[in-house]
Amino acid sequence: MLTSRAKVVVKKEMNFWERIYLPAILGGTIITIKHLFKRKTTIKYPEVKREISAVYRGQHVLKRDENGAERCTACGLCAVACPAEAITMTASERKKGEEHLYREEKYAAVYEINMLRCIFCGLCEEACPKEAIFLTDRVESSDYSRKAFIFGKDKLVEPVDQRIDVTKRQLPVVLEFKQKKSLSHNR
Amino acid sequence: MAKVTIDGIEIEVPDGTTILNAARQIGGKIVPPAMCYYTSLKDTGGKCRVCLVKVSQGSAKDPRPMPKLVASCRTPVADGMVVQNITSPDVLEARKGVVEFLLLNHPIDCPICDQAGECDLQDLTYEHGTEVTRTEFERRTFDKIDIGDKIKLHMTRCIMCYRCVYVADQLTPERVHGVLNRGDHSEISTYIEKAVDNDFSGNMIDVCPVGALTDRTFRFKSRVWFTKPMDAHRNCSKCCGKVVLWMKGDDILRVTGRKDHYGEVREFICNECRFEHKNTADWVIGGPRHINRHSVISQNHYEKVDLQKLRKEIDRQIVFQKGKQLPETSTSHS
Repeated sequence: MLTSRAKVVVKKEMNFWERIYLPAILGGTIITIKHLFKRKTTIKYPEVKREISAVYRGQHVLKRDENGAERCTACGLCAVACPAEAITMTASERKKGEEHLYREEKYAAVYEINMLRCIFCGLCEEACPKEAIFLTDRVESSDYSRKAFIFGKDKLVEPVDQRIDVTKRQLPVVLEFKQKKSLSHNR
Repeated sequence: MAKVTIDGIEIEVPDGTTILNAARQIGGKIVPPAMCYYTSLKDTGGKCRVCLVKVSQGSAKDPRPMPKLVASCRTPVADGMVVQNITSPDVLEARKGVVEFLLLNHPIDCPICDQAGECDLQDLTYEHGTEVTRTEFERRTFDKIDIGDKIKLHMTRCIMCYRCVYVADQLTPERVHGVLNRGDHSEISTYIEKAVDNDFSGNMIDVCPVGALTDRTFRFKSRVWFTKPMDAHRNCSKCCGKVVLWMKGDDILRVTGRKDHYGEVREFICNECRFEHKNTADWVIGGPRHINRHSVISQNHYEKVDLQKLRKEIDRQIVFQKGKQLPETSTSHS
């Protein structure tokens, strides 16, 4: 025996009332009827949505800076931090005249997150030195094919005119840390 | 022969050996870091000052301590010399200061830099540096220069170690690469931007401890920790042909020389091996390169353990440990 919790099964002979099963069936029905008048624990999802935390970890966003240039520089730290190995990227060099599109000399030409592999742990957000990737409170969409869950830059980068607010995710400590002049090389 | 004691460990080395090389013969944590010293290049060393050590007893004949911290890569040992490296708080404090100075003008653009992950300055800063900088001045900036069509020079990242200058001096017949100006304004430059077209010029990429000189054929191709280093060789008429291939799948993204334990290339390779042969069929692949398990490159990198080699190393360590008083800090750890 591996544990002391094992019990010896006793098969007792049933009496008359137990044998006709009616009281047991009646008891079950009463429980069912009782539950009809109780408050439901489920909600009708697409119409009704549950309240979620401000730091909920949902679909990722690749942020742009205040001038609309992409912050991501394809440094690969999110990919190396990712425990599910869901992130892949290909870097490219910024050409002359693209300064308004990309913040740094190097940028991610391809940036893909496999949403089926992703476990939404938020380590990519923590690893990012450029404040480029954030998890948001958006819930990712559903689809019929697996291919559609490999999110590319078209789905991840925020549109210039519809910015995604992530200020709630940044704690006061983080914001204060960013104000330090000694870290200004990373602005 | 001279008997020296480094951090309480005694070793006998031939006369004329530098303190740094004596420490390297002992190995382990007591080896001072070196950014400018390079074994296979003559006259290197004495520039970066990170290898500073304290000599608390000059020699057996003259036991007075040396008045200041000395650069261990340029100071020869004397019989009866007692050297303190990590056991001396002065040395650690000085090293911290040196690192701060090295980073004074360094852009710290590691997320962009191709050297990140195998950068000596990153390792040094991680071990000896402070988290923040105190300088509030603008960092010096330079335009990027193409040295030939294969090498990119980011002068902003340079720490003025002069290693590449010695490569140009010693491996190439005519000198077309040197340092202009003085002090804060000094910069590595080619002679009137003349392309360095020499068979061994590519080695300045390997000797650069930071990302100032990088391979243009590898530029932004991949982060080093996503590539797999493999030992390989080919028959080359110009050089030894022993290289490391940095592969991604079946593609060879980059070819470098084989760096040893201290990040130094012993056998330089020619430009043809480095830049022209990016095809797996050109090489005889030996197997995965040994990567220190503390390196970020070692993620997803698997290699066979050479038990004979491991045993030899353990035996060597045991000999050094025998009957020796360990410094306070390390006894508390073990």
